[in-house]
Amino acid sequence: MQLNENQSMIRQMARDFATAKVAPIAHAIDRDGTFPEATVREMGELGFLGLVVPEEYGGVGADITSYALVVEELSRACGSHGLTVAAHNSLGCWPIATFGTEEQKRKYLPPAAAGTSLLSFGLTEAGAGSDAGGTRTTAVRDGDHWVLNGSKMWITNSHYAGALIITAKTDPAATGSRGISAFIVETGTPGFTVEKKEDKLGMRASDTAPLTLVDVRVPHANLLGQEGEGFKYFMKTLDGGRISIAALALGLAEGAFAVARDYTKQREQFGKPIAEFQAVQFMLADMATQIAAARLLTYEACRLKDSGQEYAHMSAMAKLHTSETAMFVTDRAIQCLGGYGYTTEYPVERMYRDAKLCTIGEGTSEIQRLVIGRYALGL
Amino acid sequence: MQFQFNEQQRMIRDMARDFANRVIVPVAAELDATEKFPKDIVRQMGELGLLGMSVNEAYGGAGLDTVCYVAAMEEISRACASCGVIMSVNNSLVCWPLETYGNEDQKKRFLTPLASGQKLGAYCLSEPGAGTDAAAQRTTAKKEGDHWVLNGMKNFITNGANADILIVFAQTDPAIKHKGIRAFIVESTSEGFSVIRKEEKMGIRASDTAQLAFDNVIVPDDQVLGPAESGFKIAMSTLDGGRIGIASQALGISAAAYEASRAYSKQREQFGRAICEFQAVQWKIADMATRLEAARLLTYRAAWAKDQGGRYGEEAAMAKLYASETSHFITNEAVQIFGGNGYSKEYPVERHFRDAKITEIYEGTSEAQRLVISSFELKK
Repeated sequence: MQLNENQSMIRQMARDFATAKVAPIAHAIDRDGTFPEATVREMGELGFLGLVVPEEYGGVGADITSYALVVEELSRACGSHGLTVAAHNSLGCWPIATFGTEEQKRKYLPPAAAGTSLLSFGLTEAGAGSDAGGTRTTAVRDGDHWVLNGSKMWITNSHYAGALIITAKTDPAATGSRGISAFIVETGTPGFTVEKKEDKLGMRASDTAPLTLVDVRVPHANLLGQEGEGFKYFMKTLDGGRISIAALALGLAEGAFAVARDYTKQREQFGKPIAEFQAVQFMLADMATQIAAARLLTYEACRLKDSGQEYAHMSAMAKLHTSETAMFVTDRAIQCLGGYGYTTEYPVERMYRDAKLCTIGEGTSEIQRLVIGRYALGL
Repeated sequence: MQFQFNEQQRMIRDMARDFANRVIVPVAAELDATEKFPKDIVRQMGELGLLGMSVNEAYGGAGLDTVCYVAAMEEISRACASCGVIMSVNNSLVCWPLETYGNEDQKKRFLTPLASGQKLGAYCLSEPGAGTDAAAQRTTAKKEGDHWVLNGMKNFITNGANADILIVFAQTDPAIKHKGIRAFIVESTSEGFSVIRKEEKMGIRASDTAQLAFDNVIVPDDQVLGPAESGFKIAMSTLDGGRIGIASQALGISAAAYEASRAYSKQREQFGRAICEFQAVQWKIADMATRLEAARLLTYRAAWAKDQGGRYGEEAAMAKLYASETSHFITNEAVQIFGGNGYSKEYPVERHFRDAKITEIYEGTSEAQRLVISSFELKK
C-alpha cells in the first residue's frame, strides 16, 4: 500500500500539527477533562473539520484514506482530538453531505467545515444502545414543523455543536427499527438541552453528554432525507464512522508502541537495556505485527469506500481488529514500562484508557462481530 | 482434598464482608475520585484485626491462618482495591518479615503496634533503577559506630507517605552484590527521611504510592532485620507471601466486576429482552465465571500451601499471575457488558478496570512471575 502525493502531504501536515500543538497539551486536557477549544479552532483552519465535506461547501473534499490518516496522526498524540474530529466528520458532516438537500448542505456544511460549528449524531438512548432501533424519542408532525420529545445519551461534541442530527420515531405504529426519521436540530432551539458532561474512563478531553428534548420544534425543511429512512441512514453513517474509529485506535496503538519501543531501548535492568531480553523482544514483535495487520485492514476499508465498493464488512473488521489491537498494544506498553506505565508521567496509561472507548463507541466489539458474522454467513 | 472453609474461616469472611459492605462500599467511588487516603477506614480495619491477621496474638495480631487472610483480603478488595492493597502491604510485606526475621525486641517495639493497627507500615525495595531487577540496589547503608547511615531513593512505595514504620532495603557492600543487601527498620520520624512526591496513578488512587528520599538517615544497629547477607533473601521470601495478598486483591476486584456484570445482564434489556438471554453474553458470563473460579482455587491453594509450612513460592507466583490476568480479563469484559455505561464513572466497573491493571505490575510484573514459575519448573 502506497500513499499518493496528496495523501502524504495531508499526513505530514497532520503529523506536524499533532506533534507541535496536540502532544504538549494531551496530558493536561485528559487530567482536567477540558475540551481543547483552541486546537479545535486551529484544526478548522487547517481543514481537518471539513475533510469529508465537498469543496463546493467549503470543505477539503479529501478521500477517506486522507481522512483516516489525519485521525490516525492526531490520535497518536491524543485520542480525544481524534475522536472529536472523527465524530464531527463521519457522524455530522458525512450524513448531511450524503443525504441532505441542497439547502441543508449550504446552510450547515460551510460553518462545520470551517470549524466554527461542530456537528455530530444523536442516536443512542438510555434504553437503545446496541439495540439502536429501540428509539423512544418521538417526532410528531405539526403543520410545517415536527415536534420532538425524548432524550439521547453519549452524544459526542454536544456542548460545542451548532446542530446535531437526531433520530426519532415518526411512525409510532411501525415496529422495530422502522418508522424512524432523522432531523437536523439546531442546538439553540427552545426545549433542546445539552445536559452535564459525562465523567469517563478515557477520552476525557472529548465532549460526551446526554440530551433532553422537550417539545422541540424543528422545521420540516430540516428532515434529513426521506421520512422513515432514519435508521437506514444511521447504519450507513456508522459503516463509515467505524473506519474513523479504526484509524483512531490505530493511532493510539502506534503512539503507545513508539513509547514502549523507545523505553525498552533505554531502560536498563540486569545490566543491559531490557530490549535485549527475548521476552521483551517477543512482546514488541507481537505488538508490531498486530499493528501492521490493523493498519492494512483499516486502509483496505478506506480503499473500498474510496473506490465505491461495498465496505460495511471491512469497516466492521477494521474497527473490531484495530480497537482490540489498541487494547492489546497499550496494555503491553504498560507492561514494558512497569510501574512507570501505571503512572500519569508517561502517556501509555492514558492511551490504555482511551483505547477502551474504541471497543465500545459506534458499535461495541460484540456488535462488530454480529455484523461480520452476518456478512460471512450471507444473512 | 477439602474445598470448604472451616467455621473460623467462614466467620472471618463474613465479618470482612459485612464491614466492607457497610463502611467501604458507600465511599469507594469518592475515595477514588478524590485520591484520598482512607485513614478512618484503615483505623477501623486495625480495630477489627485486619492489619495483622496472621501475626501471633502475643504481638498484637489476630493469630489466624493464611486462608482467613485471603478470604478477608478478597472481601475488602471487592469493595475497594485501594483499601485492599493498604491491608496487603501491612500484613504481608511488613508484619510477616518482622515476625519471621525479627528478634524479640523488634517484635515488641515494631510488630506489635503494626499488627494491632496503631501504626502503619511500608516496604521499600523498588528504586528508580531497580524494578524487576530488584538486586540492583543503589540505596546505601554505611556502618558508623553503633548505627547505620542510609542514603538513597525508593520508588513506588505503597503507604509511603502515611507509614510510621518502614522496612528499607539497602546495599552495605556492593562488592558482594546481592549478598551485601540488608533490611533495616526505619521510623518515618527519623531525620533525613522525606516524601519526595506522591504518584498520580491510573487506579488504586486512594492508596498512596510515594517516592521517598533517605538523606543520611541514622538507623540504630538494633533495627537491622535478620543476619548479615540475608537482606535479599528477606526481600524475596517476603514477596512470595505478598503475592498471595495481591492474588486475593485481584480476586476481589474480579468478583466485584463479575457480580455487577451478571446482575446488569439480567436487568438490561435490548432487542426486547434481557441481554443475558443472548448466547454471546452467556458465553462471556461463562468464561468470566470459570476463570474466576480457577483464580480462586489457585489463590486458596497457595494460602493453604503456606499454612502447611512447606514451600509455596511457585504456588504464590502462579496464583498472582493467573488471578491478576483474570482480573484484567473480567473487568474488561465487564466494561463490554455494560457498554457505554461501563465507560462512565457512574458504575463501578470503570474503577475496577483501572484498579485491576496494577495487579499485573506490582510485587513483580506478570513477566517476573513467569520467570519465577519457569525457574521452578525447569529445575524439575
